[in-house]
Amino acid sequence: MTALAQPRKWEKYFWPLLAGCLFLLLWQFLVMWSDTRVFPSPVSVGLGMAELMHKGLLWQYILDSLRRVASGYLIAAILAIPSGLLLGWYPVAASVVDPVIQVIRPISPIAWIPLAIVWFGVGDAAATFLIFLASFFPIIVASMNGVRNVPTMYRRAGRNFGLSPAKIIAKVVFPAALPQIIIGLRIALGIAWLVVVAAEMIAVDSGLGYLVIDSRNSGKRYDLVVAAMVMIGLTGLGLDMAFRRTEKFKSLRWGFQNES
Amino acid sequence: MASIIAVVQKFPRTTATSPKRQLQSKLHAENIGMIFNRDSNCVEVLEGIDLEVGEGEFVCILGPSGCGKSTFLNIIAGFISPTSGQVSIDGEIVRGPDPRRIFVFQERGVFPWLTVEGNIGFGLFKLSRAKRAERIAHYVKLVGLEGFEKAYPHELSGGMKQRLEVARALAVNPDVLFLDEPFGALDSITRLTMRSELLRIWEAERKTIVFVTHDIEESIQLADRVVVMSARPARIQRIVNIDISHPRDISSRRYIELRNGIFEEIGLAHKV
Repeated sequence: MTALAQPRKWEKYFWPLLAGCLFLLLWQFLVMWSDTRVFPSPVSVGLGMAELMHKGLLWQYILDSLRRVASGYLIAAILAIPSGLLLGWYPVAASVVDPVIQVIRPISPIAWIPLAIVWFGVGDAAATFLIFLASFFPIIVASMNGVRNVPTMYRRAGRNFGLSPAKIIAKVVFPAALPQIIIGLRIALGIAWLVVVAAEMIAVDSGLGYLVIDSRNSGKRYDLVVAAMVMIGLTGLGLDMAFRRTEKFKSLRWGFQNES
Repeated sequence: MASIIAVVQKFPRTTATSPKRQLQSKLHAENIGMIFNRDSNCVEVLEGIDLEVGEGEFVCILGPSGCGKSTFLNIIAGFISPTSGQVSIDGEIVRGPDPRRIFVFQERGVFPWLTVEGNIGFGLFKLSRAKRAERIAHYVKLVGLEGFEKAYPHELSGGMKQRLEVARALAVNPDVLFLDEPFGALDSITRLTMRSELLRIWEAERKTIVFVTHDIEESIQLADRVVVMSARPARIQRIVNIDISHPRDISSRRYIELRNGIFEEIGLAHKV
């Protein structure tokens, strides 16, 4: 197979699967060979997962984490996309707000945990707030830049056909910026999934993040810790893969190709 | 010196002989000047341009790359206001873009997120659904995009995209079309077919057309009059009447005579 050839269909699944199996084998071998007590083997992780599933905790925790991400993320998207569009459209407003955004943006949402707990108490609201913070900035920045990068040509065409400024934003600027907004949404979802785990370790008593910290605290069950980690990884991958499907929509595909 | 005299003889200034000139005046640009401020430098792009375009006339603005002819087109379309002078259309001073006068862009200005139908219907938001569908169908047919109604621009060839943009412009039934090197990005064969398509559409719809190009052949094949611009700051160097009827024989003596004249006017020898 040359570098340029398209992989055949079976190859597309075969090689990653083989690599995965080899990785698990190596993991099992290393655990057995080193006789470690603080790192579980894949077999015991699998058994731990089965145990969680049997207790009905696994799905419940995954759904709890997803629910928190969904609410914080959706609120962020609903607020950040329109404000990003407006800030991109009015450069003067953007130059006022931009310094504030640029200072708050690099602060890890984790640093907000004490304030979040003071404001919202221990519970879902605090976790949702942290996820909101984590998602808000990537989305607003992507929307702002998306609008700024809309070619003048498209705006002029919109004006030329007699559209009002509001209609130009809705019918020209928004769709033209959408591919960039979607990239921002995707980055935000990745960060939100990172943050929910941290938030659940402190603010709530369910979810995958809680599972990690609780398994350690109550009986040093490292098999369950790793089982939770594996589920965090797989769910995150699932979210990203689901998101990438949007890039295949025909009205968006132009934005994800080199040559349109 | 001799060549200049020859050129003058080739283009007699008697404008009255052209039947087009008796048409009602549509667009009048008076003493247009444009100065851009770039990095505290003043760049004079246009200087004292006077141009009158008749109703239903096809005028090409020809000039070297970067001479400011696109700037001039953007001014008469109302996208930029000139530093001096004014433009009036139908006796009304131009203060901004207007759906009665549609600009067709240099690069492909079709909206990539809309289908062929969506693009053509873009400017028709004031019409009823049935009227809009009817109008779209008419222009899909006029530019030969039948069967591609649901296709997105990235599924079309360069020539088809340009035809789509022309259809989008025509669909709102404007009186004037401004075309800014619309065929510049196309290959030479597509460009030739696009020119005859444009002439066919112009003959069917009789719009006033102002067409900017740097291609001498293109201007002589298309226009009633060719406005030759000088290098920056652009001024009108000469206006050439193309007194050949359509369809034009591009190997006729008159065609070659006019072409050679413009080559000399621009200061180019047409030998490679």
